[in-house]
Amino acid sequence: MTPTTTPAPAKAFTPQDFHSGLIVRWCPGCGDYAILAAVQKVLSERGKAPHEYAFVSGIGCSSRFPLYMSTYGFHSIHGRALAVATGVKAAAPSQEVWVITGDGDCLSIGGNHFIHALRRNQDLKIILFNNEIYGLTKGQYSPTSRKGLVNKSAPYGVIDEPANPLRLALAAGATFVARTADNDMAHMTEVFRRAAAHKGSAFIEVLQNCVIFNDKVFEEYYGVKTRKDTLIYLHDGQPLLYGKTVERGLRLDGFSFSSVEASGEAKIHVHDEHESTGALANALAGLTHPDYPVPLGVFRQVERPAYHELMYEQVDAARKAYGEPDLAKLLKGPKTWTVS
Amino acid sequence: MSTVTEDGILGNTERHEIKELDSVTILFAGDSGDGMQITGSQFTDASVVFGNDISTFPDFPAEIRAPSGTLAGVSAYQLHFSNHDIRTPGDRVDTLVAMNAAALKKYLPELEKGGILIADKSGFGPNELKKVDYASNPLEDGSLSEYRVVQADITAQTIAAVKPAGLTGRNAERCKNFYTLGIAYYLYDRPLEPTFDEIRKRFAKKEPVIAEANIAAIQAGYNFAHTIELFKVTYRVRRAVFEPGTYRNISGNLATAMGVAAAASRSGRKVFFGSYPITPASDILHELSRLKHFGVLTFQAEDEIAAVASAVGASFGGILGVTCSSGPGIALKSEAINLAVMTELPLVVIDVQRSGPSTGMPTKTEQADLLMALFGRNSDSPIPVIAPATPGECFECIYEAARVAVKYMTPVMFLSDGYLGNGAEPWKIPDAAALKAFNPSWGLDPAGFKPYARNPDTGARPWVPVGTPGLNYRTTGIEKAENSGGISYDPENHQRMTKARFDKVAKIAQEIPATPVFGAQEGDLLVVSWGGTYGATLTAAETVFAQGKKIGHVHLRWLNPLPPDLGSILKRYKKILVPEINVGQLAYHLRGTYGIPVESYARIRGKAFTVGELVTAYHAQLPQGA
Repeated sequence: MTPTTTPAPAKAFTPQDFHSGLIVRWCPGCGDYAILAAVQKVLSERGKAPHEYAFVSGIGCSSRFPLYMSTYGFHSIHGRALAVATGVKAAAPSQEVWVITGDGDCLSIGGNHFIHALRRNQDLKIILFNNEIYGLTKGQYSPTSRKGLVNKSAPYGVIDEPANPLRLALAAGATFVARTADNDMAHMTEVFRRAAAHKGSAFIEVLQNCVIFNDKVFEEYYGVKTRKDTLIYLHDGQPLLYGKTVERGLRLDGFSFSSVEASGEAKIHVHDEHESTGALANALAGLTHPDYPVPLGVFRQVERPAYHELMYEQVDAARKAYGEPDLAKLLKGPKTWTVS
Repeated sequence: MSTVTEDGILGNTERHEIKELDSVTILFAGDSGDGMQITGSQFTDASVVFGNDISTFPDFPAEIRAPSGTLAGVSAYQLHFSNHDIRTPGDRVDTLVAMNAAALKKYLPELEKGGILIADKSGFGPNELKKVDYASNPLEDGSLSEYRVVQADITAQTIAAVKPAGLTGRNAERCKNFYTLGIAYYLYDRPLEPTFDEIRKRFAKKEPVIAEANIAAIQAGYNFAHTIELFKVTYRVRRAVFEPGTYRNISGNLATAMGVAAAASRSGRKVFFGSYPITPASDILHELSRLKHFGVLTFQAEDEIAAVASAVGASFGGILGVTCSSGPGIALKSEAINLAVMTELPLVVIDVQRSGPSTGMPTKTEQADLLMALFGRNSDSPIPVIAPATPGECFECIYEAARVAVKYMTPVMFLSDGYLGNGAEPWKIPDAAALKAFNPSWGLDPAGFKPYARNPDTGARPWVPVGTPGLNYRTTGIEKAENSGGISYDPENHQRMTKARFDKVAKIAQEIPATPVFGAQEGDLLVVSWGGTYGATLTAAETVFAQGKKIGHVHLRWLNPLPPDLGSILKRYKKILVPEINVGQLAYHLRGTYGIPVESYARIRGKAFTVGELVTAYHAQLPQGA
């Protein structure tokens, strides 16, 4: 964590400018490497210097991420990244704050902060590295682990119902909700670009493979060879089509989707990121393998004032109403008496 | 109308016998909805404006509206006012105002024998008596013969008095606390005009009818007491002699909030205040929420952990993070406090202590979080701890906590308590311009910048505002290498960094002035106190010292580090006694620190010491006949 000299602002940045120089120590083959590369690539395109960003994380394999960035970084404590980041953003409102978290950090020990950061529309770009396992503590099940998974802390199989991160985010009122995958660099960078441009909470679930404790957990549906049939890519204003030859699509039947042949009369649903109720995003977030194609892309994007804007609006309004702070007047209060 | 003369005597002396008193303790008690807190604070304001010294203690139930007429629903306000310097709300009550049977039952044991009881007859109906298991009406059965009982149908008389103002029904009945206030004003010769002015100021624009009704109720109560010669004797407490200066009345929680605002105003950086509501600390959040123009960003977090974690984040961001709670909340915050210890970020943690453990008695006071503040975190975690002695001192101490947090780059624990937070006293207003400014800019030159380099004077690392070009750095709760701040598992480095964190806190001793010792400078007994017990422990020491005993008294503001001269002071006495509202935590700490025997006087009843019990306790430690 030696300090990094920030390049002059006019300079175009390279992904390398966003690397702290610290040797990256995730396991060989870990999905985290690709996410780090994608974030560094996206940041290098945006014209902002490393010192204009802050990366905040909790505890877990993914939470080492800020230490590898040349930006400001705070590797904090388990579950509290969003709360810490809330304070950073309030203290330094012009700083662009990103939060790196995992399925245990964000949804288990940090579940409460997750709800409330999104509800308040804190201006944070939140990347959830979802590998459906506890990696750093060496292989216990996480809140997103699938039912029946057998591992160290569940030798007879997991009996918990897994959490659905996107549905939790939507229910909490998130203004930007997306999903991408660690094995698709083009898609990841595009989603991160969109998130970076969003004002308010941007929540991105990355399907991230843990090569040691939960290897190939997403392979069935995100494997490169088969994914055209098992994933569906969301594009705003475009029909929900998928399949090797784009032969299938999703039709809205009541409150849920059906996978149908994409013939001329099929009434394939057109994706709308800005749909006001969030109900359709929620329906999409409920689609799981193998019954449905798993959606990747931006589920929801709506505008709402960010928390720090409202917070500073009140400070400015108070300044206007009461003028510059007068400490002597405050100390005196409404009623005094003098002893001579 | 009465006028105040130079020496503080009211001008209307045409009446009956008037007795001069040095001090009086009055306790207003009634149902939670009876407005006893308002009555008490109005009487307090009137006494303060008149020039008495005062000390108050509001005592209210945890239930917002407990069933009316029950013991659980009794709300009370105790006021001690005097013509001399006083520091406690009074040991025994001279006058008890009881608006119903429950109030009488709960507080009669506090009333001096021969004391005055003012009772509202309408609060002693069959229902009210039954609710608190009175077999017969104590106002009528002769059981109160040891007291001077003054009873009236205050409710009915109030309704009649406010009728001309246009108030009827429940609204009219609600003025009965003001009627009672009028009676009390007559009894203690208080001027009415300041209260009338206050009421007009508060209500006249929005609710002129309420203003007129309240004024009418006070006047009617006063006139009633006067006309029917309710009291054979009334009393006077002359002005106290104060140090010259401008004064106001202040509670500990308000003083704390103003100290935080002062820190924001004088530090050159904003303050972030992350808090989650909890009794008895919430008033600090309420006050600061109104002081945004001072540069205080208040954040009501989703829980105690988010409150402190966001404050730590704000400190990382470059403005001072402050968090505020009571014991149960502080317990939840301990991991995040340690993050500030480990990353070496400034943080102020306010603990308005309450009775525990667990939920305990939330509205009752205690000073039992000392050992938690000193040691209640994982691993070797040094934290400076400061505790105010009086409500007014909360201002100075929280400001000092903020200044030290920034100067030494460390969390600082501020231990107030329910007694200080809710209690009030006259406060000599400090000179705002004389507060030490603190704007740290040490170590921020990009050339040779090292995030964990240390200032040789303080041991502090640089405080970098996030976003500063050229100073981008990363920090973590993992152990860091000296200077560079890079992750380090080197065993010798961990030893050195642990020591550096302790040395840094130990250096704060250079901020502590010489410890004043009251009374005998050496001798038989040294009383050592800390926090809110200051007033009672010192007053008791004064009493025993005046009796010719070789007793000294020392009050500690800093609990970590302890004052550098304390060890040598302790050696000058044969015995050390520490009175505390806990099982003996400071006594335990002093034994461990100095390896000397320390006696403990521990009382854990959710309320402050009385001076009387402490005098007895001191005598028990002194040699007989000495």
